[in-house]
Amino acid sequence: MIPSEFDYVKAGSVKEALDLLKQHGDDAKVLAGGHSLIPLLKLRLASPAVLVDISGIKELSGVKAGDKSVTIGALTTHNDIEHDDSLKQSLPILAEAATLIGDPMVRNRGTFGGSLAHADPAGDWPAVALALDAKMHISGPNGERTVEANDFFVDILTSDVQAGELLTAIDLPVPSGNVGMSYQKFAHPASGYAVVGVAAVVTVEGGKCTNARVAVTGAGAKAVRLTAVEDALVGKELTDEHVAAAAEQAGDGIDYLGDIYASEDYRAHLVKVFAKRAVLAAAKNAK
Amino acid sequence: MATHPITLMINGKEQNSDVESRKLLVHYLRDDLGLTGTHIGCETSQCGACTVMLNGKAVKSCTVFAVQADGAELLTIEGIGKEGELHPIQEGFWEEHGLQCGFCTPGMIMSTYDLLQKNPNPDEHEIRHALHGNLCRCTGYQHIVKSIQYAAKKMQGAAAD
Repeated sequence: MIPSEFDYVKAGSVKEALDLLKQHGDDAKVLAGGHSLIPLLKLRLASPAVLVDISGIKELSGVKAGDKSVTIGALTTHNDIEHDDSLKQSLPILAEAATLIGDPMVRNRGTFGGSLAHADPAGDWPAVALALDAKMHISGPNGERTVEANDFFVDILTSDVQAGELLTAIDLPVPSGNVGMSYQKFAHPASGYAVVGVAAVVTVEGGKCTNARVAVTGAGAKAVRLTAVEDALVGKELTDEHVAAAAEQAGDGIDYLGDIYASEDYRAHLVKVFAKRAVLAAAKNAK
Repeated sequence: MATHPITLMINGKEQNSDVESRKLLVHYLRDDLGLTGTHIGCETSQCGACTVMLNGKAVKSCTVFAVQADGAELLTIEGIGKEGELHPIQEGFWEEHGLQCGFCTPGMIMSTYDLLQKNPNPDEHEIRHALHGNLCRCTGYQHIVKSIQYAAKKMQGAAAD
């Protein structure tokens, strides 16, 4: 499988990458780890005239831990996240999710920012980013802007990153208090993609849930927060019964995807099952 | 047709080439350099037969362009062991019957190489997790796991000597 012809340019800095994207306009695509883009090129589902390779831009890679939040460079690989000791302490859901992505070789190349910007409806990171209340830093011809995770995922394979822009870094607030988090995934047995994946972050004070963020990927065209489940959890003790009752609220407002492997009804069922599992696992981690 | 000059170290030897932008690393290795030990299985980033070490990390060479490897250090199955002297991982696959048809074996060995450099004493679960991206249709994996356990033991012994 050989892609159609294209030219290749390597950018040394964010500014250079933005200039190249401006110069080539709609003919250009950004290449980072390439593990979403290269398969599309090989199938000729995409045939850009120019690839702008940003993988050599040093400042876009790595994890910076702060007091109240961590910043992950867009080019940080899944493997880097899986094995980062500071993240295992501050935001353990990241390593838990990273180890479920693809396989070791895919994780060695695929990037956190690339996966988010690509907005695959079955990608794992979108649900985790929503549950962690991530903030996306985007650079473009008109300067920098920041987008909340809630507004970042627009539609199937469409994020808020516009043509000519680059996702540069992702801020993840580190929640304070007695917090537990977990990502639970029903993986497609062949591809490993999420048929349904649910990320949950819960705060438990005085035996009761005081805050919950629960998000799902794989179910519909884009990852979304399960706000009805979150509302049903707050104020409750996170027992099996209460969590199961809250998980039954999952699914409002999701336009379910159906395919040869999992029908719409099956996905709707899985969302409830995995919402329950993720919240219970998160609650267990909080104690 | 856009071509680019690239320079890389392959199995310890410097290599200079001109490659088309769209040439995949696996095609460059096999067709341009004759390094046909790296296999093409699925060509869709799933089977792992094309696994090579790129700057010290196992990657699927069907999902990397040759031009992206400019300036990199590459290790392929041809760079493991020496003529007439098997690498301990190769010896493990030989001794423990870790292959039947052998098609997946170069990729299995490269993934094992990556695993054992990070984790010299993996347990069975860690070995199976590390092989997640390598498919074998002959062995049922049991003998591959044993081969890797053999290699880990042998390499640890060598390190202790």
